[in-house]
Amino acid sequence: MTLASVVIPLGVAAMALLVLASAVLVVSLRNIFRAALSLGLVLIGVAGLFILLEAEFLGFVQILVYVGAILTLVVFAVMLTAKAGVTGAQAASRQQGPAAIVSLALFALLATVVNALAPSMTPAPDPPTLRQLGQGLITTWVLPFEVISLVFVSAMVGAIAIASSKSSRSGPA
Amino acid sequence: MMPVKAILLVSCALFCVGIYGILTRRHAIGILLAIELILNAAGLNFVAFGRVFGQAEGQAFALFIIALAACEAAVGLAIILGLYRTAKTVLADEVQLLRG
Repeated sequence: MTLASVVIPLGVAAMALLVLASAVLVVSLRNIFRAALSLGLVLIGVAGLFILLEAEFLGFVQILVYVGAILTLVVFAVMLTAKAGVTGAQAASRQQGPAAIVSLALFALLATVVNALAPSMTPAPDPPTLRQLGQGLITTWVLPFEVISLVFVSAMVGAIAIASSKSSRSGPA
Repeated sequence: MMPVKAILLVSCALFCVGIYGILTRRHAIGILLAIELILNAAGLNFVAFGRVFGQAEGQAFALFIIALAACEAAVGLAIILGLYRTAKTVLADEVQLLRG
């Protein structure tokens, strides 16, 4: 019984608790700013799970891109639209009962499938290495990789064009 | 021993919480946050199965998911800002600009 066989399940349990608790906060908090901050906790927890799954590179990419860039973007958008004066009562959720039933039923279905698959899922002896990932990205998956960068550029240009204040001349006024 | 099953169950639960968020939120940014939850659940699933099969594909596609999530967040938030400027609201069910 090695140290890893004790530490890894404990770490997975802690990260799972962090992820699920803050995910529930993300969808239930009335204050959208606090919901965005709880999303940060979810993202950090998922990064921890990546690292526990021996995908360290992805864990750090997750923290850099998600927590560093996307969360900052969301917080800025929350602040820029804060004047809309959405009060807690207005931002309150709707149709909570049916939505809870739908998502619980979906979870029951998915959990059944995972349980059925579980016996055949023992991790491979050697995890994929960063070298394999890097070589794959410039050989086998070079086309999707380049297409992603094109998509990225067009998304950024589009975002700037949509959000720039000059575009309001096409408004109804 | 890696508890892969537990991680897959966490990812299923994260996905369903995201679905609940999309169905219940009125605030447009809240809906976007729920979509981020769903994308994270998908990425977690890819990495977990990549670990099970010992292949690097899982991590590569999780990387693509992260990149696409960044694009989606940037464009989505820009649309919400433009919507706020034109319609003066961020509640998704109050926007009726296209109603004839």
